[in-house]
Amino acid sequence: MPSIERTFSLQVPSNTENLAMIRDFVNGIGTRAGLPAADVAKIELAVDEACANVIEHAYGPEVTKEVTVKATIDEETVQIEVVDTGKGFDPGLISQKNLEQLVAERKNGGLGMRLMKTLMDEVHYEVIPGQKNELRMVKRLKKW
Amino acid sequence: MATNFTVQRSTTGNIVVLALNGFLDAHTAPEFEKVVQQEFDGGNVRLIADCGELTYISSAGLGVFMSFIEDIREAGGDLKICNLAPKVAQVFEILGFDSIFEMVPAVADAVKGFENPAKEV
Repeated sequence: MPSIERTFSLQVPSNTENLAMIRDFVNGIGTRAGLPAADVAKIELAVDEACANVIEHAYGPEVTKEVTVKATIDEETVQIEVVDTGKGFDPGLISQKNLEQLVAERKNGGLGMRLMKTLMDEVHYEVIPGQKNELRMVKRLKKW
Repeated sequence: MATNFTVQRSTTGNIVVLALNGFLDAHTAPEFEKVVQQEFDGGNVRLIADCGELTYISSAGLGVFMSFIEDIREAGGDLKICNLAPKVAQVFEILGFDSIFEMVPAVADAVKGFENPAKEV
């Protein structure tokens, strides 16, 4: 039987006020995929983290830019891609400090990527210089 | 669309209770940060975050707790967290906040923690 794949996308201006709209979109995707509520909440938070990073770090004050969230549902997974054209980053340079160190240094960030990796089954990041940055996350519908 | 976030302030003796309501994300975290900063600047370092009406938190919200706790404790106070809904509690626990912060079921438990710290668990 051929696999059925459905793709959805949302494009919003780079502003944190649009995170709620992104969460609503992702909630709809998770529900449509038939994920249990707990997994829908995990995807929602992971995508919120990814988009907040783009808005606050990749674009910074450039509110005229846009964040694109693409979602693909197939028989086995929900895949989410967060695409931006801002300043990319090297995942290898992300702080590996533990929570105690972050607390001691009065940091208010450094938890987003950690959350994404915990909440999703796969997280991949690709920078295509001069074109785009793409964060792809996968949630499997069934655990084997 | 769920974007609202409010903080309601009350006091019990010299303890300040901040009742958080709504969605604490990268958009609303600066508002919470401002509230905690004001309390700290005003010398109020015995703080309780009542999260009973907090329906959502992302790392930006957690970052506010993370960035203030050392200064608050060094000033002789604490920021205790209580009344977390299971969905929100899970986010705190995933990142290990339960090992840094005192997280208790109710405001009354947090107040007791301040009044009788020797009996804290």
